[in-house]
Amino acid sequence: MTTARFTETEYEGPLLEVTDLKTSFHTDVGVVRAVDGVSLTLERGKTLGIVGESGSGKTVLSRSIMNLLPRFGLEREGSVKFEGKEIIELPPRQMRNFWGAQMSMIFQDPMTSLNPVMKIGKQITESIRQHLDVTREYSSDLAVSLMESVRIPEPKVRLGEYPHQLSGGMRQRVCIAVALAAGPKLLFADEPTTALDVTVQAQVLDVIAKEQSERFMAMILVTHDLGVVAGRTEEILVMYAGRVVEQAPTSVLFTDMKMPYTEALLASIPKLDEHSHTRLATIPGRPPDLSHPPPGCKFAPRCRYVQDRCLEEEPPLQAGDASGHQYRCWFPVGTPAGQEALARNERDGRVPAAATAAAAAGGA
Amino acid sequence: MAGTGTAHLRDTDKALLRVEDLVVEFAVGHLSDKVHAVSGVSIDMLPGETLGLVGESGCGKSTTGRAVMQLPPPVSGTVRFDGTELTKLTGEALRRMRPRLQMIFQDPISSLNPRRRVRDIVREGLDIWQMGDKPDRDAKVDEVLTAVGMDPASGDRHPHEFSGGQCQRISIARAVVTDPKLIICDEPVSALDVSVQAQILNLLEDMKRRYGLTMVFIAHDLAVVKNVSDRVLVMYLGKMCEVASPDDLYEHPSHPYTGALLAAIPVPDPAVRPDEERVLGGEVPSPIHPPTGCRFRTRCPKAQERCAAEEPILRAVGPNHYVACHYPLEPGEQIDFARVGIGATIDLSQDGDGTAH
Repeated sequence: MTTARFTETEYEGPLLEVTDLKTSFHTDVGVVRAVDGVSLTLERGKTLGIVGESGSGKTVLSRSIMNLLPRFGLEREGSVKFEGKEIIELPPRQMRNFWGAQMSMIFQDPMTSLNPVMKIGKQITESIRQHLDVTREYSSDLAVSLMESVRIPEPKVRLGEYPHQLSGGMRQRVCIAVALAAGPKLLFADEPTTALDVTVQAQVLDVIAKEQSERFMAMILVTHDLGVVAGRTEEILVMYAGRVVEQAPTSVLFTDMKMPYTEALLASIPKLDEHSHTRLATIPGRPPDLSHPPPGCKFAPRCRYVQDRCLEEEPPLQAGDASGHQYRCWFPVGTPAGQEALARNERDGRVPAAATAAAAAGGA
Repeated sequence: MAGTGTAHLRDTDKALLRVEDLVVEFAVGHLSDKVHAVSGVSIDMLPGETLGLVGESGCGKSTTGRAVMQLPPPVSGTVRFDGTELTKLTGEALRRMRPRLQMIFQDPISSLNPRRRVRDIVREGLDIWQMGDKPDRDAKVDEVLTAVGMDPASGDRHPHEFSGGQCQRISIARAVVTDPKLIICDEPVSALDVSVQAQILNLLEDMKRRYGLTMVFIAHDLAVVKNVSDRVLVMYLGKMCEVASPDDLYEHPSHPYTGALLAAIPVPDPAVRPDEERVLGGEVPSPIHPPTGCRFRTRCPKAQERCAAEEPILRAVGPNHYVACHYPLEPGEQIDFARVGIGATIDLSQDGDGTAH
């Protein structure tokens, strides 16, 4: 495959370095702190998973890194370094050189992220022609080979078709081809398979993984499903209320999770090896309103480990036993403090505030 | 796979719903062309049972659910609900049946009228059917809102003020308010986060118990279907593949398609690396010109000549376990996904819609 690069940089450091990124929106109801002090580092060719519920800030984080957010009422602070170059202050005119060519994004909904009145070939060649100095013929050959590599059958025929003529899985492949056209070094995949069937999901994730390893491209895979990231990432970042609440290499996260939120997320996935009608573990309530977040730990109102301290004092991000493992909890899962907190709550009949609220509403 | 037959229907007159040989077709393009959406599906449901309908998009699972509701009525076949033949009913007589059959849709936000208050949305069925007097209806609305875990005081707000999960709770309240016997849930959790999905699945189980519901649960996620169902029907391109109890189906999938669906589920365990060899290739063929014989043969790793010539009929392979396949999987048999089916064309048609809609 063609790997189009503008300049081969000499930069040896990590591909992407985000330090204390804050993104907030000024709205009528107050300032919504959608991303509140997130730091992350991504090496070339690696995959980072970002996991969290709707409203946890995972999509805003990825768009904020790419500078794709609407400017009205937006405030961004912190540092985003791409190949050592600070890009947070870059105006859109200069960001255009990054979009598509250095970093690109696959969106959740393949129905709405393609232009319905533009032929598929044009949508793929658009970014090739924008970024690379090539002829029309060359760019269309490139588009055909891109479509072949994302396993779209009969690519030459498809070039002249419109998005509505393709199925959802095929449209998502077109989106992948569009995103890869100018050979980016970093790919954001924002819930790329949420709108697809399980079988198609597996096919699409495989195509992305194949392209990623062939191009030695880094990827940030954003999803709400821990099942999707488990086998496909090197590192996972769990987000809640705009913060990183746990970060660890994937194998560490699944074997030695410390954050009750991660544990609860994993427990709420229906498992195939459980009998039918097994009652699912749920997380009561919903993520907090980010314009008025609760004091203390943001997850405390929904947490079954909750203690008084959690409601008053927000835990800092602290290092775990394994290298690269960080979490934000006073009473971590699997530690004596956590066990004690759980046992105390059970003894005293203490339940998370959100569960009581649901019960007060007469809920399930 | 993908066959017809009625071997799985139980010999009982207690069934709340008995659908036989359901056929739904839609006219398209040329007068002679038809979308064969559902071609010979039979189901039966005992009171209090949950039937899971699983399959990829375009397999006819939603159409089956809607044909039971007579939305639209099927081209042929019978739908016997609680002693009444629904396909024979028209106009007012059919409308009279509606409060006893309710639906819950995939997208909770777009299935609620954005201009109406939640209380009015839930109450509408009661008003239309004049169930009880005014205070009774108010009390009933409060009761169901409470039952689905909503604060009745929030009933004066509009749907956009609620999250997707809460809107789905409102949809459930709207569905149960007329005391239906049968609820058809069409992908009720596909649009929700995993954490909210678990809440809604638990809620549906509670509602089923509390209001004595019988439920058809349509989804493409096998793990979700396993959790809620008493019986699962796997569908492919308008045909039935396999019928079994969920535990049985997941332990010993007989149909190659069921095996493929199971293999595609992502496992939340980093030790299990997703293996490309375990993914079913290709897409659902066009339902306008479905393959002859077994409709799955074009993607089936086990397909033989016979599959193109002869349509498999549902037959028993175990107690309460039926499969429509000439060459079902043996227990423990691994599927060789590298092998593609026979008569496979590269016609990745625009008609086979691979989305979750």
